[in-house]
Amino acid sequence: MKEIINMKNAMKIAVVTLVSLIMVSCFDNAKPNYQYMPNMYAPVGYETYGDYEIFPSGQEAMLPVDGTIPRGWEPYDYPNTTAGLNDAKATLTSPLAVTQESLAQGKQLYDIYCAVCHGEKGDGQGILVKREKILGIPSYADPGRLITPGGVYHVQMYGLNSMGSYASQTNQEERWAITQHVMNLKATLEGTPLLVPEEPAADNTEEKSTSTSVAGH
Amino acid sequence: MDNNLIDRMEQVPYRNLPSKLSLLLLTMLFALTVANPVAAATNILPTQAIDTAAGEALFKANCAACHKLYKKATGPALFQVGDKYEKKWLYSWIKNSQEMVKSGDAQANAIFKEYNGAVMTSFPQLSNTDIDNIIAYTYKAKKAVAAAAVTTATTSSNSGGFSNDLILGALVLVFGLLVVMLVLVQKTLKRIAEANGVTYAEKPARKPIWQAFIDNQFLVLVACIFMLLSSGYFAYGYLMQVGVDQGYAPVQPIHYSHRIHAGDNQIDCNYCHSSARKSKHSGIPSLNVCMNCHKNIGEVAETTLAEGKNEYGVDYNAEIQKLYAAVGWDEDTQSYTGVSQPVKWIRIHNLPDFAYFNHSQHVTVAGVECQTCHGPVEEMEIMYQYAPLTMGWCINCHRETNIQVKENAYYEKIHEELSKKYGVENLTAAQMGGLECGKCHY
Repeated sequence: MKEIINMKNAMKIAVVTLVSLIMVSCFDNAKPNYQYMPNMYAPVGYETYGDYEIFPSGQEAMLPVDGTIPRGWEPYDYPNTTAGLNDAKATLTSPLAVTQESLAQGKQLYDIYCAVCHGEKGDGQGILVKREKILGIPSYADPGRLITPGGVYHVQMYGLNSMGSYASQTNQEERWAITQHVMNLKATLEGTPLLVPEEPAADNTEEKSTSTSVAGH
Repeated sequence: MDNNLIDRMEQVPYRNLPSKLSLLLLTMLFALTVANPVAAATNILPTQAIDTAAGEALFKANCAACHKLYKKATGPALFQVGDKYEKKWLYSWIKNSQEMVKSGDAQANAIFKEYNGAVMTSFPQLSNTDIDNIIAYTYKAKKAVAAAAVTTATTSSNSGGFSNDLILGALVLVFGLLVVMLVLVQKTLKRIAEANGVTYAEKPARKPIWQAFIDNQFLVLVACIFMLLSSGYFAYGYLMQVGVDQGYAPVQPIHYSHRIHAGDNQIDCNYCHSSARKSKHSGIPSLNVCMNCHKNIGEVAETTLAEGKNEYGVDYNAEIQKLYAAVGWDEDTQSYTGVSQPVKWIRIHNLPDFAYFNHSQHVTVAGVECQTCHGPVEEMEIMYQYAPLTMGWCINCHRETNIQVKENAYYEKIHEELSKKYGVENLTAAQMGGLECGKCHY
């Protein structure tokens, strides 16, 4: 009699542990959790980076239609060739005025995109170079290279040799701001005078800077 | 029987033979690799002192951006380049390659054309001795395959110290043995006692424990209340986590390690997620951003490779090959094939459609660190959702965080007026309207 009850108890304990084990094993980190009302969660429109049958290869992220340009985009006439680079070095000049803001923005962006290889001082000793992941990054003061603002902009636009293009990560204004910072770094390394920021002349420039910085609403 | 035993005993002295042999082989290999470049270098220039170490430093500082030793990159592979060209030709080519192309030198024009007119930078600062050193360095033989390094790494990591699991296991084993021994001892003692004629009195039948429990009405009541409360607690907990994906870590099509990129190599988050600065989405980088570095880095360092295989079971080189296949990069010709296929990354952080969130507002305007919401991404080998991303979590942060007004003309006026109204010095995001329904739901 006693033994039978014990058997029953054991069965019950086994069932409870089994059920709790099954419940616990349902929490799989590789799968998303259940949702209360999925039709409130899932978007009606096409989501950024979504996968929908209507698009070619199912990809929402597509290149713009041929001939269309993003707002504020300006054509860049120098071709991605050696001749184009030399041309840009000689003739291309910055449309961006040197201001405190543009220099600060240039430094901030340079530290994000360029400093990993070129180093924060522009001496070619970025963290990737120090760790020997990418080698042979020259200093901006390298005598064998002609570094001009136009050339710096051109190289950011198209890349050069092993360096890739940064046109997808930055816009025109940002590339020119980075160019200003690069020229300042080169001047610091060579001991020549730095770029002098213009005095904020009137309300004009201030309005412009605030209106650009409040993008994204 | 005896013969067998002797045989076996005789075998013992030779058991070290394989390892000894392999050691011998290794030393021979090592000697060869060391001897080779030295011999080669002395063959070329017997008169001058060659400094391969200086050559290596110069190579890494100047040439390695475009040239690798054993693999084509932007420029040709430079292994044993001294055999391919005359020394004098190399001197003038390295110092000013374009002049040679213009002068109509046949070799110069051939190589210039082969590499689609990629201009080699001039290095007027390198002296002839420098160039000699660099050339000597290019005779350095390729290291033995990485597989050897991996196996040595595994053995060394296995032999190094006891792991906690092992110690725990041993303790459990000892404990189990003790228990078994106790039971056995008790049994034998009982048997001895019985053999000696000791009899145990029959125990009187006791009231079963559940009967006692049911008879005690107070205990039943307390137990019922306790059961109800605890099941309520667990049911509440279960229902509250529905729809919360904290800890979600899906298996991605390419094993991308944030630990290596953002942690070890300290690449800024914004480098790849560049649209976080100026748009609603932080952006999944397109593959051209990967190729900014991986055009150069086709293989990871040996230590990284061994670490990946031993600790995470991942072959990082194979993952880079997946990237090349997706973006259509041909390593041999160093060019794009034009055949690409999208990588179907699996989205981790997903707000419901009825909530609006804008990255640029938090990253650029508020200056919030990425890690505040995404956790220690720089330590994550596999990316997972760190924060619950629930409304309570958002609201909490808005209540606790002061807004950035320093050097922010945009907020100046409203900050002045509101701080007067609330009688505080620093406004929180909530006081600026960060709790209004319409800010996130519309």
